[in-house]
Amino acid sequence: MKKSPNTTRREFLRTCVAGAAVLGASGALEFIESAEQGAAIAKPKVIIARDAMLRGSGSSVDSQRMVKLLDQSMQALFDGDRPAEPWKKLVRPGDRVGLKVNALGGRAFSSNLQLVEAVCERLQEAGIRAQDIVIWDRDTEELERAGFHIAAGGNRVQCFGTDQVGYEDDLVTYGSVGSRLSKILTRNCDILINLPVLKDHDGAGVSMALKNMYGVIHNPNKYHPNGCNPYIADVNMLPDIRARMRLTICDATTATYEGGPGYKPQYSWRPSALLAARDPVALDYVGWQMIERKRAEKGLKTLQADKRDPLYIATAADAQHRLGIDDPKRITLIELQADA
Amino acid sequence: MPDKRGLLADPGLPEAIPEAVAGSHANSAPCDRRSFLKCAAAACAACGIDALAYPVTSILPWNGSESDSRFVTEARFYERLPNKKIKCKLCPRACIVGDRERGYCGVRENRGGTYYTLVHSRVCTAHIDPIEKKPLFHYLPGSLAFSLATAGCNVNCKFCQNWDISQVRPEQVRADYAPPQKIADLARHYSCPTIAYTYSEPVVFSEYLMDTADAGHAASVRSIVVSNGYIQQESLKAAFGKMDAVKIDLKSFSESYYRDVVCGELKPVLDCLVALKKMGKWTEIVDLVVPTLNDSDAEFRGLARWIRTNLGVDVPVHFTRFHPEYLMKNLPPTPVPTLERAKAIADAEGLHYVYIGNVPGHPAENTYCPKCRKMLVERAGLTTIQMLIHSNRCPFCKQPIPGIWRV
Repeated sequence: MKKSPNTTRREFLRTCVAGAAVLGASGALEFIESAEQGAAIAKPKVIIARDAMLRGSGSSVDSQRMVKLLDQSMQALFDGDRPAEPWKKLVRPGDRVGLKVNALGGRAFSSNLQLVEAVCERLQEAGIRAQDIVIWDRDTEELERAGFHIAAGGNRVQCFGTDQVGYEDDLVTYGSVGSRLSKILTRNCDILINLPVLKDHDGAGVSMALKNMYGVIHNPNKYHPNGCNPYIADVNMLPDIRARMRLTICDATTATYEGGPGYKPQYSWRPSALLAARDPVALDYVGWQMIERKRAEKGLKTLQADKRDPLYIATAADAQHRLGIDDPKRITLIELQADA
Repeated sequence: MPDKRGLLADPGLPEAIPEAVAGSHANSAPCDRRSFLKCAAAACAACGIDALAYPVTSILPWNGSESDSRFVTEARFYERLPNKKIKCKLCPRACIVGDRERGYCGVRENRGGTYYTLVHSRVCTAHIDPIEKKPLFHYLPGSLAFSLATAGCNVNCKFCQNWDISQVRPEQVRADYAPPQKIADLARHYSCPTIAYTYSEPVVFSEYLMDTADAGHAASVRSIVVSNGYIQQESLKAAFGKMDAVKIDLKSFSESYYRDVVCGELKPVLDCLVALKKMGKWTEIVDLVVPTLNDSDAEFRGLARWIRTNLGVDVPVHFTRFHPEYLMKNLPPTPVPTLERAKAIADAEGLHYVYIGNVPGHPAENTYCPKCRKMLVERAGLTTIQMLIHSNRCPFCKQPIPGIWRV
């Protein structure tokens, strides 16, 4: 703040206090910074919340248990006592919130419907209007195949693919990447909540938070060489993505440890879990370790030995990117188990 | 959704260069008819008035309800792998593609272990261009080419002039359903002796190119391809084997440039050029000269020597001017003296037909007899002003002039 020559010390302090009050009144101080504003949180938290009874005795996820699992994850992540609290720290009425799902895996292996439904419910409880929530991915047909109900217009939660609205004409660039962005991101979202799936990936090694942003750009096929490195990190640095990204909740109800990114039942398992973090790099690191443990259990080589270790995670954490932390000593991992 | 049908320029081909035009003609003597025509053609090119390039948008009206399934055909160059994966055998990238994934080009998709091209008959741009626009200078000069493209490319040149069709997926641009027979019929209807596969990268629509070439040949219409030459040998023989002439972009003579700027490799392109020579295909080469990146004497000399040794001195080489575009807007257009230096080096290395491109009105657009040095084909921009070659020979000294000069 520039002090004018005629301002007294008292006036200057008063101005500062008033400014702080205004920020406090609007809740701005409580709001979580976007990745851009709060890059590389010093000691990020990653929550793994598991519920062995998530599917009860059936094969589909129980909606009620999913809501509880989500609440547990969010309360642990945001240190809240009540389910709505974390969401109120994340969004405010009037925000338009994009839920970037991963719908590539069909009904069996896309972002879990009950999870997405639970997030929508909590967002609305936090004051977000249904029509200000958009569930989206690249392609509408893929969303339908994954079980989402397509809705565009009206007072409902919106759900459609970028194919419906297209990509911006202008290129945006960072590092090695030059892409056009989905108009859903640029025109329908103030805030982005990332809802990826925990999966093995034959090119990138693993696919979770950071890789899911390939669904935002028009030319992901150009960025698969060299284990998607540094492309994944560069895509996540694009200002329109970085400025909007607030939270990742990774669906690990079903996951794969080999044969990805497509769904191969023989290489899948059911962690019946959610991973939640504000730091996408930390979340990806933790998810990667889960996959490595499962691979070891199944007698498979490490991803490094398989020459596809996800080097992009380290790139995302490096000094040029600072998208988050990949050092396990600096990640606060909180593992929760739901009550039976 | 971009719709540039009818508006596209060839990658790295003629653009407005008013300074160069002025430079070439500012000191000219009193204007005779030929000079006037030359100036007019160059000025048109400089102003972006491409009088001979007819957009055929009205011929291929976009039908937004066009079903994607019409364009989907099983690919010809791939191998099935375990776990429903495939290995693409079209270009040297040899993508291994999982189920429901696409290759690097973005126009080929694995569906349940079968690989499909998504761009058969899916034309996103079509024009009637002078053949000189490709550029092919020793192939039917003054003729028209029915020129078309689908979306997609197997490299990602940072200077791409047509990135909005080459660097997108097919569903991201408007396209028309134009099966091979329709293209052949249209080419005949518009008196084009040739169909040109150009603008994006025809390697990625090889199946369509092959089928269209067959349909064209059956209707006495020839085919040419404008390509980066980044293609596996087997698919090259199958696809380019159906072509009557080929223009290859040899974008540099450096592996590092290919890796960093083109996102490809040099060696397969050189192998492609050698294979084309063995196949007896009429081939011309374009080297887009980018300031500071591929404009050293050593590189020009290396390139010229390699051509002389491996392809012979009669292969036309076009050093063309770069314009800032796509991901390379930080560099200026190539100075004309740089192109003249490249030509001088290639001339000194003994190449017979070295041209300067994207500089309308430059004397190095003309063809000269390598023996008597007389001018044989005079060009201005995309227009052939006069063509003196007769019976494939110089009319003055009878020196054979290689090329395909008459229909």
